[in-house]
Amino acid sequence: MAATYQIDKTVDAKGQTCPMPVVMLAKAIKDLKPGQVLAVYATDPGAKKDIPAWANKTGNTLLETVEEPGLLTFYIKKA
Amino acid sequence: MFGPSHPAPQQPLPVPTQAIPPGTANRLAIVLFSGTVDKLMSASILATGAAAMGMDVEIFLTNWGALAFRKGDYKTNTRVSADYADYHSTLLERMAAKKVTSWMENLEDAREIGNVHIAACSHTMTLFDLQLSDLEPIVDEVIGVAAFMERARDSAMTLFI
Repeated sequence: MAATYQIDKTVDAKGQTCPMPVVMLAKAIKDLKPGQVLAVYATDPGAKKDIPAWANKTGNTLLETVEEPGLLTFYIKKA
Repeated sequence: MFGPSHPAPQQPLPVPTQAIPPGTANRLAIVLFSGTVDKLMSASILATGAAAMGMDVEIFLTNWGALAFRKGDYKTNTRVSADYADYHSTLLERMAAKKVTSWMENLEDAREIGNVHIAACSHTMTLFDLQLSDLEPIVDEVIGVAAFMERARDSAMTLFI
C-alpha cells in the first residue's frame, strides 16, 4: 500500500525499454525544486534495480517503490 | 608444467617507471569501433545510462563507428553484426515492434541529461576523406589517439565496442 505523497510531477515510462525510464527520470528531476516529489511509472523489469541505483548515485531519495502486477511506481524526492 | 620450448621467464617483468593514476574520474570512456546497429545500440544505452548516473561520457569514434555518424547515415543504417546475420531481420523487427529508441536518439538524450563529448578519430577521417562537417552535429571534434588517451587514462572505465 502506497503512502500518500504530495506529487509534484509524474513521469510515465510505461512500455519504455531500458534506458528510457532512467533517462526520462533524469530529465524530469531537473524541473523540480529540492524536496519536491516525482512519481515514475515503469514496466521495464530493469527499472526495479535501475531507479534505486540512480537515486543512490545521484543523491536523490527513493521514498518508496510500489509493485503491482505489470506496473512499478517509484516515488522520488529531489535532494 | 612448461615444456623446454616454453621456459619460465628468467627476469621479472619491468616495473613501470612512471606511476599510472588510478581510474577514479567519474567518467565512462568508449572506443566506438563498430558501425552495426546492434553494437551502436549497446554503446548508446551504456552512454545514456552513465550520463543519467551523473558520469561524464567520452566517446571516440573509429573506423566503422565514425562512418556510422556520417550525416543522415543513421536513418538508413540497418546493418547487424555478421556473426548474427541469422538474427538480422528478427532484431530489426523486434526493435520496431517494441518501439525501441534509436541509438542516435539515445545519444541525444545522453547529451541532454549529462556531460557527453563525442570525438572522431583523425586517422579514420583521413582514410575516408571526411571532414567534421560531413558528420552528424552531435560529433564535437576530430582528435587523434593521444588526445583520447589523455581523456581515457583516468576514466573509471573504458569500453571497446
